[in-house]
Amino acid sequence: MNFIALGYSDLIIASLLLLFSGLLSIYLRLGIERQIGIAALRMVVQLMLIGLVLKVLFQMVSPLWTGVAAMIMIGLAGREVAARQKRKFTGWWTYGLGTSSLMIACSIVTVLALTTQIRPEPWFDPRFALPILGMILGNTLNGVTIGLDRLLSSAFEGRAAIEARLALGYDRTQAMKPVVGDSVRAGLIHIINAMSAAGVISLPGMMTGQILAGVDPTEAVKYQILIMFLIAGSTALGTLAAVMFAARRLTDSRHRLRLDRIR
Amino acid sequence: MLSIRDLTGTGIGPIALKLANREVAAITGPSGAGKSLLLRAIADLDFSEGAVMLDGQDRTSMSAPDWRRKVTYVAAETGWWAERVGDHFEDRTAAIRLLEQIGLGESALDWSIPRLSTGEKQRLGLARSLMGKPRVLLLDEPTSALDIANRDLIEALLKSRIDEGTAIIIVSHDPEQAKRMQASPYRMKAGKLEGTP
Repeated sequence: MNFIALGYSDLIIASLLLLFSGLLSIYLRLGIERQIGIAALRMVVQLMLIGLVLKVLFQMVSPLWTGVAAMIMIGLAGREVAARQKRKFTGWWTYGLGTSSLMIACSIVTVLALTTQIRPEPWFDPRFALPILGMILGNTLNGVTIGLDRLLSSAFEGRAAIEARLALGYDRTQAMKPVVGDSVRAGLIHIINAMSAAGVISLPGMMTGQILAGVDPTEAVKYQILIMFLIAGSTALGTLAAVMFAARRLTDSRHRLRLDRIR
Repeated sequence: MLSIRDLTGTGIGPIALKLANREVAAITGPSGAGKSLLLRAIADLDFSEGAVMLDGQDRTSMSAPDWRRKVTYVAAETGWWAERVGDHFEDRTAAIRLLEQIGLGESALDWSIPRLSTGEKQRLGLARSLMGKPRVLLLDEPTSALDIANRDLIEALLKSRIDEGTAIIIVSHDPEQAKRMQASPYRMKAGKLEGTP
């Protein structure tokens, strides 16, 4: 089966659907037409730019520039984590915690996948490294964002319960355990749902993309299973790291709850 | 037993206080005077400076959890972290004995937290903190939500602990409570403790 190339007219036809949604929003006075328009424009510009950047990077196959691109992706993802928090740590802590958790989880999982399972030549070939990192990062980003958000909100709203445990002589790890467990669970729900629904309720995007590009479905499935494992592993690792680091930051060495470190 | 010198924290201090075995200090004062802050500072739940010692041993020489097991703070409205009352008590047999002393039976261990009244929460919160047999109790309005019969039960329980050697600092809006507990009266005003002997 051959890959069917898309023309710009095909994209314009698809965009008419969004235009219709915008018109519907104006007609029903929902007030979201501006947001839809800006988001769609951003998506088009960002994807076209990344298309150009990836083209250049793929031609260079440079470990330095692949690394730089990966760092920029992780840095921007860290910014998204910080931007989506209802409550934040004072200073740069939210950004720092989010970015470092993403960096640890996504780097370990991506490098592991490239060196032991996918094994391109060279292993850092950006044609493999960057899309794999992108998929892992996008999902881990959700887990870290939700996990951190839940932890900070739960600590704030559940202050009395945490302090009751501290007052009874529990150490900070024990005192924070219920909110830490709850936050990690919240961060992992979407990936557990994605795995449960894969192939039954939804056909995952990467597998669909490969099938559309002419790859044999059984091969596409194998890739999708690998990616699902990588995404789940990275999301679990990143969420756990972010929540544990944040729980540590929310308490001090004298086992006090430090809500003054949240704004 | 408990010795506090130059204790300074957010909104309180410097404060000095000495408490012997079986001694009770009752602190009254207007809302916002820093009574709860003082108890929290002694328990090391908020950052504070100064010397706070138990039997000559400074609190910084032991871990904070060890300190709080010996010098235990009970908030006016304490928190709950599990679904059922019983989940908050590690030793069920010891818990039943305590529940009987506060006018509740064994069945209370199976009650769900959201259905508890404010008074039940207050009594159960105190019972929970007595499980570890602390040397010093820091009680923040422990009977504010109780009727007279239950207040008397709690005071009787506290007196039995005092007889066993426990010292208590109690914050109360009821001046009569200090008399009933044979407590040394103190007054907190704008973060300062008045009546220090």
